[in-house]
Amino acid sequence: MSEANNHNKADVIVVGAGPAGVSASITVARGGKKVVLVERGSFAGAKNMYGGVIHSHAASEIFPNYQEAPIERFVEEHSYVLLSDDASTKITYKNPHHNDNAFVAIRAKWDKWCVEQAVKEGVYYAPDTLVKELIVKDGKVVGIVTDVEEYFADVVIIADGVNSLLAKQLGLRKKIKPKHVVLGVKEVIKLSPEIIEKRFGLKKDMASAMEIVGGPLKDVFAMGIVYTNKDSVALGIGVSLDDLKTKKIKPYELLDKLKEHPFVADLIEGGELLEYSAHLIPEGGYKKIPKLYTNGALVVGDAAMLVNNVHFEGTNFAMISGKFAGETALDAIERQDFSENQLCLYKKKLENSFILKDLRTYKDVVRILTGRTASFLGYYPEKINEFFGIFTCADGVAKKGKFQKFTKHFFTKRSLSELFKDAFAGIRIILGILK
Amino acid sequence: MIEDKLFTLKYKTDKQSHLKPDLTKCLQCVEKTCTIICPANVYSYNEAEKKLTVSYEKCLECGACRIACKHIDWKYPKSGKGVIFKKS
Repeated sequence: MSEANNHNKADVIVVGAGPAGVSASITVARGGKKVVLVERGSFAGAKNMYGGVIHSHAASEIFPNYQEAPIERFVEEHSYVLLSDDASTKITYKNPHHNDNAFVAIRAKWDKWCVEQAVKEGVYYAPDTLVKELIVKDGKVVGIVTDVEEYFADVVIIADGVNSLLAKQLGLRKKIKPKHVVLGVKEVIKLSPEIIEKRFGLKKDMASAMEIVGGPLKDVFAMGIVYTNKDSVALGIGVSLDDLKTKKIKPYELLDKLKEHPFVADLIEGGELLEYSAHLIPEGGYKKIPKLYTNGALVVGDAAMLVNNVHFEGTNFAMISGKFAGETALDAIERQDFSENQLCLYKKKLENSFILKDLRTYKDVVRILTGRTASFLGYYPEKINEFFGIFTCADGVAKKGKFQKFTKHFFTKRSLSELFKDAFAGIRIILGILK
Repeated sequence: MIEDKLFTLKYKTDKQSHLKPDLTKCLQCVEKTCTIICPANVYSYNEAEKKLTVSYEKCLECGACRIACKHIDWKYPKSGKGVIFKKS
């Protein structure tokens, strides 16, 4: 092992130029310290995909000028769509006074822009650089090994994403099982801005965000997403890896089934496939968060499994956790103390913020829901569609008999014990959140 | 068709595979989970030859196989290699 000298040492090395890594590095640079941001892709965003939005509160906290970024559209409305085999019921929230909370961006453009800002503020950026492992000396992380060299730092911030081989190397992670991750597969489908705005009922440059359950997805723990870009639509599913494994379902075939559902088919009709992608989403929640710090290192973003799967929040957790890690590194440099005892400040910052508070609030939700997939993501969406089917239909037949039949079927098609279990699960979720 | 989907992607292909399943374990493996869960259909098993084929050049680097199977030595492709997402 070579030794650290002026040429191969920074104050901080950040591994991974996603939202967490870039936020960490820019925070360190703003504190006047030397920081190197390392990215394995040939540009930031080249390896990234998401099924979501960028949240303005986090973007503005890191980049006050974020509105100059390559934003596709601001989210104007948020819809939840319940599917049966061929029908759909959609609930949409829209408020003209709150239509700048979030925006849709293409990661290859957004992540790249973020890194450009970081470089302007003094971050040393090294793309095309894979970190093979961390250098640990006397129980402290002291640097990284790349394909070509060793590089040293007082603090290494681990932002290498959901698979975090580096957190694994340090033994910070508990074993991750298929039930702790969701596989996201997505297609970006080209449509003209005019067609998008007409089809989704949107104002110019405004976006729709949709989450979809039921219908073709009913047999697995899965959700669909639809987001509108400027001149394309992102359509994807997030599906439990455990369910794919045990039920022997191919992820892209499930996505294709969703595309065939009339609700979705109408949205993407005539569109041309521009790009397919896949990525894992950490869904272990609060209980699967790794140890977040060790001597000389901090773990941020997806690498730390910081995702709120109920609200589809991840990019904001990444950016703010990155900022906290950057601040913690600056504080450690100030005190010249890079021990665990000093770096635990990072965890305190997370605990005092919405990040760990929210993850604690939702700690049991997904576990309870996965146990009731067939009912919450299958049976009830189907029944809700059946109800509205009756409610909205005038066909010269008296309503009473239809409602009686609906109610009778509601209780006979599903055993009473299953209904009780659902109710119990629902109560547990609500109590878990409120207590 | 998965091939049509993958056709939309750009890759900088490495000469060597970054995915190294323990092929001796495949012989006893009943589930062949890797052939199901992979979103890029990287793994296929030839029953006649009793051999797992790894089309690593199609890999999207998601890590699903790494978590679903214990017997894959999973690494990222070398610096700058592998898939390039441009519109995701």
